[in-house]
Amino acid sequence: MMKSFDRTEVTLLLCIPVLIGLGFILPQWIVNYIQVSLGTGLVAISVMTQMRSGLVSFGQGLFFCIGGYTAGMAGKFLGISDLFLLLFLGALAGLAISFLLGFLLRRYREIFYAMLTLAVSMILFGLLSSTEELGSTDGFNLASPTYLGWSPEGEMARYALYIATCIPALLCALLLHRYLRSPMGFVGEAIRENELRVEYLGTSAHKSVHITYVLAATVSAIGGVLWALALGHVDPEMTNWTTSGQFVFISILSGTGNIISPLFGTFILEIIRVYAVEISPNTWQLMIGSIMLLTIIFLPKGLWSLIQPSSSVVRTTLKKSTKDSKETSS
Amino acid sequence: MKHFLRTGFSFKSTSKKSLFLSLAALSSLGLSSSVMPALADGHKELKIGFVTFLSGGAAGPFGVPARNAAELMIQAINKGTVPAPYNSKGLAGASISPIFVDEASKQKVADYKKLVQKDKVDIVVGYISSGSCKAIAPVAEEAKKFTILFDCGTPQIFEKIVTNPKYVFRTGAHATMDNVAAARYLMARNIDASSIAGINQNYAWGQDSWKDFSQSMKALKPGLKVSTEQFPKIYAGQYGSEISVLLTKKPNVIHSSFWGGDMEAFVLQGSARGVFKRSKVILTTGETATNRLGTQMPDGTIIGARGPHGALAPEGPLNDWFRKAYFDRFGSLPTYPSYKMAQALLGLKTAADKAGKTDQDAIMAALRGSEFDTPSGKVTMALSNGHQAIQDTAYGMYKFDKSTGKSSLVDIQRFKAKCVNPPKGVSSTDWIASNFKGADCK
Amino acid sequence: MLTAVAISLDGLGFAAWLFLASVGLTLIYGVMRILNIAHGGFYALGAYSAAWAIGLYTQTGQTIALTYLIIPMAALIVGVVAGLTIERGVMRHMYGRDEVLMVLVTYAIFLILEDVTKLIWGTDSYIAYQPAYWLGTIEIFGIPYTVYKFLTIGIALATGFILWWGLTRTRTGKLLLVVINDREISSALGINVTLFFTATFVIGATLGALGGALTAPEISVVPGIGAEIIVMAFAVIVIGGMGSIGGAMIGALIVGFARALSVHLYPPAELFSIYIVMALVLAIKPYGLFALSEGRKI
Repeated sequence: MMKSFDRTEVTLLLCIPVLIGLGFILPQWIVNYIQVSLGTGLVAISVMTQMRSGLVSFGQGLFFCIGGYTAGMAGKFLGISDLFLLLFLGALAGLAISFLLGFLLRRYREIFYAMLTLAVSMILFGLLSSTEELGSTDGFNLASPTYLGWSPEGEMARYALYIATCIPALLCALLLHRYLRSPMGFVGEAIRENELRVEYLGTSAHKSVHITYVLAATVSAIGGVLWALALGHVDPEMTNWTTSGQFVFISILSGTGNIISPLFGTFILEIIRVYAVEISPNTWQLMIGSIMLLTIIFLPKGLWSLIQPSSSVVRTTLKKSTKDSKETSS
Repeated sequence: MKHFLRTGFSFKSTSKKSLFLSLAALSSLGLSSSVMPALADGHKELKIGFVTFLSGGAAGPFGVPARNAAELMIQAINKGTVPAPYNSKGLAGASISPIFVDEASKQKVADYKKLVQKDKVDIVVGYISSGSCKAIAPVAEEAKKFTILFDCGTPQIFEKIVTNPKYVFRTGAHATMDNVAAARYLMARNIDASSIAGINQNYAWGQDSWKDFSQSMKALKPGLKVSTEQFPKIYAGQYGSEISVLLTKKPNVIHSSFWGGDMEAFVLQGSARGVFKRSKVILTTGETATNRLGTQMPDGTIIGARGPHGALAPEGPLNDWFRKAYFDRFGSLPTYPSYKMAQALLGLKTAADKAGKTDQDAIMAALRGSEFDTPSGKVTMALSNGHQAIQDTAYGMYKFDKSTGKSSLVDIQRFKAKCVNPPKGVSSTDWIASNFKGADCK
Repeated sequence: MLTAVAISLDGLGFAAWLFLASVGLTLIYGVMRILNIAHGGFYALGAYSAAWAIGLYTQTGQTIALTYLIIPMAALIVGVVAGLTIERGVMRHMYGRDEVLMVLVTYAIFLILEDVTKLIWGTDSYIAYQPAYWLGTIEIFGIPYTVYKFLTIGIALATGFILWWGLTRTRTGKLLLVVINDREISSALGINVTLFFTATFVIGATLGALGGALTAPEISVVPGIGAEIIVMAFAVIVIGGMGSIGGAMIGALIVGFARALSVHLYPPAELFSIYIVMALVLAIKPYGLFALSEGRKI
């Protein structure tokens, strides 16, 4: 049963040819950052998807890393280089592991969800850091991908990979957007507002959280595969808590009102970082910290509010009314 | 969960403006310290991107000393004030214009591509972490950009990652040399090593260092016992438990590849509890701490510098000049990361001057397989088609002179490059496993 | 026997350090419901200022004994100056915002503090070993332990006790508990909530700085030490139950002993022992060992 496309979906679909076109026009170094941002952006939107249910994952790097390492290991040990197969394997690994972990994690909320996701991702970090076969903390390199037997070279390979990154990334964003607009997605929002009421109404909050978790994990794993292929390198830093923290910060800073905003925000923040490093190589962290603070103060709903001043479709998690509504109703 | 301040209270009364001003002031404070020296006296310019750690735990011991050395050498090369044979101005007449980048800036590969494509640098010199080098090496080959790795240790770069390098060079010897030489030092000095222990950080560097060292020891002294292998987390800072284990097991020799703050913390905590009295401790990167620990570093600790750098550097006019120039400018003596940066830039100058032009291919062709003098002695680009340097190395024992308040290294033992580096075409692990076949130690 | 004693002492020593490093974090969370990442920044500032001050002082050649005064003084100055500046300058404008957003705010402050520390003290390491050496060592079963380590264990216990006593046995402490329980009602009752918040933040910051200042003599103070402490401290207070002082103590003990056990018996597990403990505890007690129970609201 296909509903007609809404504005966000149309934008996302339009973005595909636009981004691909930009790939030929913009200077190469910017295209690189777009490509990298699409990979990490997918993780940011999956963090945002969970935020809609009031769940903050401080360990989303786990699936980002699982995706990247699955693709890397499939190439290293099985000699698989086909991009579609790698994407499929990465997504499958993310899905399978998150499905199992979901039984544990779906019981947790708030800061405990954050800390438990963090703990699990750090266990993987520890394991990978002491596995010499996988290069330990240095990680290992990935070969260039092939496309159904076609193995382009040079400039062609670069464009092919860029296009092959744009399409799945935006389709994943579309999928998550669909999910958030579906009845199941709205149950997530209801859980954030008041979980007990959700259960009294006869829906299983656990089940909804589980589905959200698995979906977010799968998209993150795809992001991991795309990112790893863009860089040609994976290392355990992908699942370190600092990486996961970045994703949370990106989603909050960009605003959780729209699925496009974290994708866009990832790129904007990446460019801000690049210029901070360039202008002030010794104190770029100070600049980024200041920009973050200023954003929070002057744009409380995230960068997205610059583009779309009043997000009428969905309420953002940043509204403090979240918790208030609980109290007023008690 | 209760939530607070739905009603606002009085907290929001202070104006946002003052906050904004204070933040702006903070940011500008950050900016002012980062103004680059403009170097525009030459008519021709070579733009070089320098990538080292400028933040985080590796900045103090490695990144900043390396950047300092780069600044010093760039100025000296541009002015032609380096002693002979480097006393001509610039690189084949072209002056160097540097761009510094923080290696700890999260997106190493994208930042590298930006240096090449947007900043249009002619050469990239940098990378301290082996992880960075592993990621950058293939990208550099793909981008066809002349890149010099100046410090990172892992032998895998040319043994596994880029086996047929065209554009990537490493002007410093790789880490296998450090640990083979450490083992050879123990043998040469007849130090009892019937039981050994290791305390190394739990990441690639620490694991590889311990593997090379323990394998070398087993090859040189069959039948020795490994009493414990400790692998604390990097930046752990607290080594109480590990020290207790080392004290209970009482190994004859303790090997550690700890670096920077971790190494200094281990020395402080270990010497306070007598570890250094019960066992002979060998610190493969200990040199960066020799000028700062004073009496806290126990006499007799075996110190390495990842090559014949710093206090282990051979005497000569080049070294004397470098030490003095560095001390005059920065108020402290240069440590091994500074030497390695100087080494990279002098290698580059040798090649550029020999080529006589600043064209990338010409400089690379001249650098391939070349030999050049540095403050640390002679360097030969001997391995991996002339892309990987080898050089002599040395270890020595720490000695602190209370009357002058200065530290020095005594009982220095030098090892020829071919004694502690694998021959052409043999990988480091295979070489150690073959009991150092082909090593020339005469 | 030797190993058992060594494990206990090492575990205790590590736990004391963990407790001192994390108690400020749990206090601020308990009162203000802010997960304060800037805590790592306070820790680093404390360590730097103590190491720097001790270095300056010992150059004068005076007795080492006074350095034991410098440590708490450095922590207090950092806590008051940095704590007040940040609370008045930034945090105050943010109260009432979403908890997750507050994490982001404190993260931004942490990033700024990292570079401010670097701008003040540079990137070279600072070494202030004198207080740790001056007290000497005692041998227990033939293994020397520094007296300074026992001193930190004592200070950790004392800090825990003073906080417990201050919170439950003094008028101010009881008022604070009221504020924690219901901020609006306390405000209506005429309690100056603003003042309590400021005081808590400053005390929390001072405790963070004290953790750093007490550690400084044992380590080499380098950039980045603040970042290392944050996640460790989070784990400790989550295990114990967020916002509970006693919980932080138990959490520190559990993590400390887990680490000592792995180092002595199975070194490869050291890297992630803390996270395994955290995952296990949370799997059994989802809200930490000493979590305050909260009513579910319909």
